[in-house]
Amino acid sequence: MFGFSRPQATAFAVMLAAIIVAPFVLYPVFLMKVLCFALFACAFNLLIGYVGLLSFGHAAYFGMGGYAAGYAAKAWGWSPELAILFGTLAGGLLGTVFGWIAIRRQGIYFAMITLALGQMAYFFCLQAPFTGGEDGIQQIPRGNLFGVFSMQSDMAMYALVAVIFLFGFLLVHRIVHSPFGQILKAIRENEPRATSLGYRTDSYKLVAFIISCALAGLAGGTKSLVFGIATLTDVHNAMSGEVVLMTLLGGLGTIFGPVMGALISTSMENYLAQAGAWVTVIQGVIFVTCVIAFRKGVLGVLAEKLKITL
Amino acid sequence: MTLLSRRTLIATAAASSVPLAAARAQKPTLKIGVLTDLAGPYQDIVGPITVEAARQAVEDFGVAGKGYNVEILVGDHQNKPDVGAGITRQWYDRDGVDIVVEGGSSAVALAVSEVARDKNKVYINSGGATSDLTGVRCNANTIHWVYDTYMLGRSTGGALVKSGGDSWFFITADYAFGHALTRDVSEFVTAAGGKVMGKVATPFPATTDFSAFLLQAQASGAKVIGLANAGSDTINCIKQAKEFGITQTLGGLLVFISDIHSLGLEVAQGLVCTESFYWDLNDRTRAFSARMRKRVPERRLGMAQAGAYASTLHFLKTAEAMGIAEAKKDGAATTARLKAMPADDDCFGAGIIRPDGRKLHPSYLFQVKKPSESKGPWDYYKVMATTPSEEAFRPLKDGNCPLIKT
Repeated sequence: MFGFSRPQATAFAVMLAAIIVAPFVLYPVFLMKVLCFALFACAFNLLIGYVGLLSFGHAAYFGMGGYAAGYAAKAWGWSPELAILFGTLAGGLLGTVFGWIAIRRQGIYFAMITLALGQMAYFFCLQAPFTGGEDGIQQIPRGNLFGVFSMQSDMAMYALVAVIFLFGFLLVHRIVHSPFGQILKAIRENEPRATSLGYRTDSYKLVAFIISCALAGLAGGTKSLVFGIATLTDVHNAMSGEVVLMTLLGGLGTIFGPVMGALISTSMENYLAQAGAWVTVIQGVIFVTCVIAFRKGVLGVLAEKLKITL
Repeated sequence: MTLLSRRTLIATAAASSVPLAAARAQKPTLKIGVLTDLAGPYQDIVGPITVEAARQAVEDFGVAGKGYNVEILVGDHQNKPDVGAGITRQWYDRDGVDIVVEGGSSAVALAVSEVARDKNKVYINSGGATSDLTGVRCNANTIHWVYDTYMLGRSTGGALVKSGGDSWFFITADYAFGHALTRDVSEFVTAAGGKVMGKVATPFPATTDFSAFLLQAQASGAKVIGLANAGSDTINCIKQAKEFGITQTLGGLLVFISDIHSLGLEVAQGLVCTESFYWDLNDRTRAFSARMRKRVPERRLGMAQAGAYASTLHFLKTAEAMGIAEAKKDGAATTARLKAMPADDDCFGAGIIRPDGRKLHPSYLFQVKKPSESKGPWDYYKVMATTPSEEAFRPLKDGNCPLIKT
């Protein structure tokens, strides 16, 4: 199924069960946040984990997707599925432009270009009239799915978010295990060699970049509908940093790692919030510990111990 | 996200094991969520002292022997509307919070007020500046207690023109709040017969060097330099104006006493600003401040913190008058009752809450004392002018609040 290895199939079954059971135990809004970030981290992982491209401005696509979906749902009254689709498109389009510029350089230069472009997107969102400046777009209605099903209840919305997440997750997994994905990995391992084998590596990188940005837009659009608000937080470069941390924490280049990373990071933010000013300090300590103790991320280390791929 | 102190934790644990105490633990509980900036740029303007102010309100009200408990929860919105709305949503949904007080800067305030309406609970803001909260974005679950951009503009703008400051130059933080404040104050300045000589927008955030803008303001020849920014931006502007020897009057459009404290009188002297509360205003404010000193010995409260005290107290009084079960049932009905009840507290005196949610009380134009005039710690302000409560805020009909049409 989808090219899952046996341990991956088991892990997927566990994750699926957790997604189904969790809303009856935990607060659904919190879980939706986790799923949105998990999808965002999966999209990011597609680039860094499988193509070896470190994008430092991924918040731009996440946030822009959020703004686009929020604006479509609020100002034009689009139904949620169309609004989210529009957010995905916005992320993808922005990714096409930024990616086209950025993939011309490699390594640190690539990272710096994406960072600069991401900051440009942030200042655009700060000043553009439709984003509402530091107020953001508020009062975004969840609306009726396909114009029929009301998404007002948290459980209904959770079901939608879960389906979107699973779609994105399986898509990433499918891409990674397709012939296209094999070439991406070849580029990661040795780009000149991939070129010498006759692959137009730039085109492959650009397509991967666009897919990753579109998925980030999908995650951002979903998040803005869940919370009814799209703000500067989601385009800020701190968000770009956060998704890097999530992916590193969970395990770079593992398919389940980013999901785990998003869960850990969001839970810390949520359950440590009562510690007030100490939150950032505690988070810092945990991150440093993780980076030192789990060089390959929580799931990366686990997979290594069990001699499996996750 | 409940903030359980160790004492509450032990008390709860003890209560569950002792039958007599268990019966007591089943008393109805009013839950008050204090949503504030605990660690960010506004932690001195609101922050931990706001929490203490709310606790003081519970103490002054006196819950002992009344057959119900009052519990205070604390949350940090980090000045992000999404974080603030998220905490509030969880409080209302999961933790059974009845009312959120304070609730941060404009953007957070607007987001929280939406959540309060969706979940039909109560929200009383005291830290936010936007007049939209009781204007186009008003709703039946929100009350705005302390100040807004209209009140600041009217007091500082109007009064300064009257006392001779009839030409203005604005240094505006380049985002929605800065522009709104500049617009509102400009209207008052021109309405009072003054004129605006120009304005300059400073990139926000991340401007720390205001020298170019200050020199531009100085060269404009305007009598007053209006600072349409807040927090550290304002502080930097005032400090740097002092370093450049700028002699024009500085009009701080959103300045709190904690800002004056961090600047020191030597630098801040002569600055004109507006607040609706000052600890040394009258006997009642002095008595209140004496009580607060037991909790916060080192500092005096600014208006936003006093607002958290007053709104918590007003809510408790109203809830008792309504009956606890009734007060917890329907947020909109409770808010309507809050508006109907005349408010009276030590910080703002007697006042009323208008149907659009605007709390009315006088606003005061202060000038910061010279170091030689100051008789003791925190003796910073002298009153220049008082705007009576019926004139201090935007008239009901001009706000375009949808509640008023129906």
